[in-house]
Amino acid sequence: MSMELDVFVGNTTIIYEEVYQLWLDGYSVNDAVKMRKENGALSECEASDDVLQSDTMDQYRTFQMCERLLYSPSKLANQLLFQIPAHSQTMLIERYYEFDHNFAREVLGKKLSKGTKKELDDISLKTGIALRSCRRQFDNFRRVFKVVEEQRGPLVENVQHHFLLSESLAKDYAAVVFFANSRFETGKRKLQYLSFQDFAFCAGQLISYWTVGAVDNMMEDMDVDLEKEFLHDLKELKVLVNDKDLLDQHKSLVCFQLREKIRVFTEMEANFKNLSRALINIATKLINTKDVRDLFIDLVEKG
Amino acid sequence: MPGKLKAKIVAGRHLPVMDRASDLTDAFVEVKFGNTTFKTDVCPKSLNPQWNSEWFKFEVDDEDLQDEPLQITVLDHDTYSANDAIGKVYIDIDPLLCSEAATVISGWFPIYDTIHGIRGEINVLVKVDLFNDLNRFRQSSCGVKFFCTTSVPRCYRAVLVHGFVEELVVNEDPEYQWIDRIRTPRASNEARQRLISLMSGELQRKIGLKVLEMGGNAVVGYLQCFDLEGESGLVVRAIGTACTLDKISNTHTSASATNPCNSSPSKDMKEAGFGEETPGVPLSSGPPTPLRAQTFSSFSPSKSYSRQSSSSDTELSLTPKTGMGSGGSAGKEAGPLKALLRQQTQSALEQREFPFFTLTSFPPGFLLHVGGVVSARSVKLLDRIHNPDEPETRDAWWEEIRQEIKSHAKALGCHAVVGYSESTSICEEVCILSASGTAAILSSRFMQDGTLDTEHRFEDLMPPGCGFCHIPYDELNMPFPAQLTYCHCCRRYKVPDVLFTTIDLPTEANITGKGCLIQARLCRTKKKAQGEGNATAISNLLPFLEYELHTQLMNKLKLRSMNALFGLRIQISVGENMLLGLASATGVYLTALPSPGGIQIAGKAPSDITYEQHISNMQKKINDTIVRNKELYEINPPELVEEVIGSPIPEPRQRSRLFRSHSESSDEVSELDLSHGKKDAFVLEIDDTDAVEDIHSLLTDAPTPPGFYSCNTEIMPGIYNWTSALQMFTSVRVFRLSNVNVTNQGLNKVFNDLCENLLKSLYFKLRSMVPCCLCHLNFTVAVPEDELIQVAVTAVAMSFDKEQSLENGRQIVDKTLMKAITENEEQLQFPLELTAESSSSAFCSAKGLSEVSGPLPSARDRCSSWIEQLRLKAHTIRRGSIKTMSSLEKASPLPEGRSRSLRSNRSYAGGSVAVVKMTPLSFLPGTKIIKYLGIINMFFIRETTSLREEGGVSGFLHSFIAEVFAMVRAHVAALGGNAVVSYSMKECVFMENPNKNQAQCLINVSGDAVIFVRESEIEAATPQPHSASAHTSSSGEGT
Repeated sequence: MSMELDVFVGNTTIIYEEVYQLWLDGYSVNDAVKMRKENGALSECEASDDVLQSDTMDQYRTFQMCERLLYSPSKLANQLLFQIPAHSQTMLIERYYEFDHNFAREVLGKKLSKGTKKELDDISLKTGIALRSCRRQFDNFRRVFKVVEEQRGPLVENVQHHFLLSESLAKDYAAVVFFANSRFETGKRKLQYLSFQDFAFCAGQLISYWTVGAVDNMMEDMDVDLEKEFLHDLKELKVLVNDKDLLDQHKSLVCFQLREKIRVFTEMEANFKNLSRALINIATKLINTKDVRDLFIDLVEKG
Repeated sequence: MPGKLKAKIVAGRHLPVMDRASDLTDAFVEVKFGNTTFKTDVCPKSLNPQWNSEWFKFEVDDEDLQDEPLQITVLDHDTYSANDAIGKVYIDIDPLLCSEAATVISGWFPIYDTIHGIRGEINVLVKVDLFNDLNRFRQSSCGVKFFCTTSVPRCYRAVLVHGFVEELVVNEDPEYQWIDRIRTPRASNEARQRLISLMSGELQRKIGLKVLEMGGNAVVGYLQCFDLEGESGLVVRAIGTACTLDKISNTHTSASATNPCNSSPSKDMKEAGFGEETPGVPLSSGPPTPLRAQTFSSFSPSKSYSRQSSSSDTELSLTPKTGMGSGGSAGKEAGPLKALLRQQTQSALEQREFPFFTLTSFPPGFLLHVGGVVSARSVKLLDRIHNPDEPETRDAWWEEIRQEIKSHAKALGCHAVVGYSESTSICEEVCILSASGTAAILSSRFMQDGTLDTEHRFEDLMPPGCGFCHIPYDELNMPFPAQLTYCHCCRRYKVPDVLFTTIDLPTEANITGKGCLIQARLCRTKKKAQGEGNATAISNLLPFLEYELHTQLMNKLKLRSMNALFGLRIQISVGENMLLGLASATGVYLTALPSPGGIQIAGKAPSDITYEQHISNMQKKINDTIVRNKELYEINPPELVEEVIGSPIPEPRQRSRLFRSHSESSDEVSELDLSHGKKDAFVLEIDDTDAVEDIHSLLTDAPTPPGFYSCNTEIMPGIYNWTSALQMFTSVRVFRLSNVNVTNQGLNKVFNDLCENLLKSLYFKLRSMVPCCLCHLNFTVAVPEDELIQVAVTAVAMSFDKEQSLENGRQIVDKTLMKAITENEEQLQFPLELTAESSSSAFCSAKGLSEVSGPLPSARDRCSSWIEQLRLKAHTIRRGSIKTMSSLEKASPLPEGRSRSLRSNRSYAGGSVAVVKMTPLSFLPGTKIIKYLGIINMFFIRETTSLREEGGVSGFLHSFIAEVFAMVRAHVAALGGNAVVSYSMKECVFMENPNKNQAQCLINVSGDAVIFVRESEIEAATPQPHSASAHTSSSGEGT
């Protein structure tokens, strides 16, 4: 004897965040039931295991049906299938697109292709994030990347506009997209100590100062790509190493700017010449794609 | 050519990708009505096409307008091969034919395909230009309004209630035609959907004609059902109550605007007003209608009161064509019986061949007495319908059953049947027809032509809270051993000890404590058989099934210490090898009726000590449960002082102070108390297995979790302070029995557990709405296959304010006031009230109001809503807990509370989908329905050949139900509405074949599309006179 069919459909679709998170985290129905039980769901309303199982199944089904809509979040607001309160819609979208920084760190700078998708097994093992969740996060990256890759205008705003995400989340996505597009190498052992947030900060800076959009807002700006001309111009920086006067001037200006702003100021001041030379050497080589990719390695190794 | 239908196709969105190569679609649209088809241009390579077509015009008869749906097909253009259909939209244009309903249909409709479900949306604009047609012999009945609501719709006033209308049409089921073997499932499903749509249109039109003939302008309590008889055809039948309705804002504005109740919400005034609003029961005035006299002449007391007078018709119509020599085809207007009646009475009642009313709640003063439940069942063998134009067989079958119901009602001394409904259960070629209702005596007030008879209105004022409980039958001729006592409210008239009804609890009824859902569930095995043998077997089983259901109900009622059932609905479903019986009702403690005795268990010969112990244990358990239930449902009736068995002689007695329901009982009887004639405890013998089973099922019913209540009536008796948070839901479960040898007991347990677990699951899912009540819990059971049991539930969960529910002391007062409100002034005669209780100050303020709002465009509407608002205010002021209530509503993390914010947050992400609420009830708490836009009656088929891929049977049905909701909402929104009331899912037929990876499901839903406004919004929009605002300012948001 068994339950052949068991559904519950409400006119208003109510999303229970707790269960949604379990689903997003890639737990199977049975695991989710276990987790909910541990969290004391049974004490509510004198529920039994069956009730919890049935409820979890129902919600998982609802999430699966909603997932299709979440691929392009703007659809969620004007679809007719589910009547979802606005704040739940926001929550659904935001949570769906949230990602684990550990995971993002692993795929940062990699090509968001099918090939990388095959590596998800390993990433899942390494990070302890369920494979299902890894897939979702990876697919989100790909989806966002695909949409904003070719778009003009500020990257963060594009992400926010198209995926209705909060600003902080959109910034993180911008970093992911930026890294994926420029294919910065981040996987080397030497870079392992850097977190996703570290890279995201760098990405933010690069987007703000080094991209086409940063240089000229009016142009056919693409926040995604580094400005070629700008990189080319970096060659000129050699004078800062070669010319003693300029070097000193540069040093005084930098020191003036950074005084009392960084902890290692004295070391920096003492070592300025070496540091500057290393940086400028890196900068002048950025004309090659290969070197652009190795930017962070170079910075860590030679800086 | 009296009508022009115009349609315009605006745009599409979210279309599916039809061309894999380009990931795009070349969509165009075909618009079809009747035999005329128009096409739009192809909008190439777009998933969001903008057609912006011209107006397609169809010039058609209004008969066709009523029957036919507008059919919109979206296709993908293909240069080389046939165009692929994306999906269809059927739009019922009936609402546009009624001047008072919608004027335009405009909005996004889901594009539906019976194989793929919803595939994108299409924006359509539809209008109708109707030319007046005064042709007397016309076939159409445009303008007759239809309501699913089983009470007088909220913004109308009943002028006359004409009575029962019914009709049925039959056809061959396309699924079973020879052509079905060669056409695709899609084509077959579409043919079926279209046919049913046509048939319901035709049915509605024919019923409309009958209504016009009777002189009415509306059908209330319209109930349409499908019988999928398989090989033998498809029957669509409908019943309803013909009425003449008056829109309130049009006729009684001036009168209501000067109603003094508004400005003087003092208790005395209110109650005085109330006393007049609810006319006394003119008992001394003799039989109120000629019909009643007639019924009394043939009074044949034979049936047990309050027990259903039921019978199972074992007579088989094997040769239906020759059956029913009397030819009393109910569908035809000229049966001989009818002719006879016509000769006898020339009054307005002449049309009332069957004095049946599908209403379940009534204008005040309409329902005088209630006799008890009457029901009739009959088992028939289906035969192919040979001539669809002559559905005489089916008509004859129903005619038979209705006659039986009528005679049962007569036996109870009643001239009418209210809360009447009909249903069928079909398995292979056997069909069980059932009808049930509540025998009652009605006031002639709404049944006579011309003006209402006002002379009786103030005569013999009886405490209205108990009037309907007083027995309608003759005490001396009482044929059954019932225990009558004097009414515990008025102490003047006799009441029975238990009352079973199919109607909603009358708003004026006095009750003690709260009510609860009571279900009797029964499963009986049946040998597999064919044809006549099968029918006989079923017929033989039916009476036992009904008897046992009844016993179960009675036991459970007593276990809860209650004495009346409302909304009783008994469903018997037949399968190949079993019969399922499910009786649902809402139990209450009617203050007027005596307190029920306990339950006593008696064993067989007391030889065994352990057995004795077992019995006494059980007895203890039962007694404990009764005590617990009394607490749970807050039932503290007056203490029983003395037992006087069987002698209903009134004796003066000191009234117990516990007796709370004294607010309406008059002073002179307040010193009286009656011997209740406390009955012997209900004795249960557990000699046989059946009784053991009974007791088990009694004790296995889990109590509802704290904070939850449940009922199957419109609202929970005893709860009045609803918040606006609500959630309508449908839940379906199918259980597979795998044991080959199932016993009756085993089956019973399975079925019982299935229902109990389903309820538990519902409570869990809706836990965020606590404190809340599941209202209108409507269970439907079916046996779709040999070893499957299907249970479907549709209900609404409504939150209420807890604070209020604790204030028992105020309950009665509240109720009185609530009554004044819910029975709403709409239905009352304002001029009368005015003369009775007008005060000069009231006049002033009211006049002030009409001046203020006079120049406003919709002043009249506003006036009347303003009145209601004020009444609510008056009501809430005295409740005292409004503050908590409104704050609760705002703070509550509840679904509808949220959806409100959705509406206000329109700016969010371009969210342009309007929120549409759905409820099986006839109202939405905290709101006022300002317009009825027409009936929603939709039929969908969904089929899949990739069941596993769609998430198995649960995934398939889950998405289908969600799609059905979406389509209902879209249609309502397109009509300009924001809610569906009286929503019901009448049919949910699910068939699967997992081996073939296939499943099919048919769903039929109906309801009334309405526009509602929040009372808080009315308040904001309407200027208020000083006197009123002084009161209301402190009261916050009303219920």
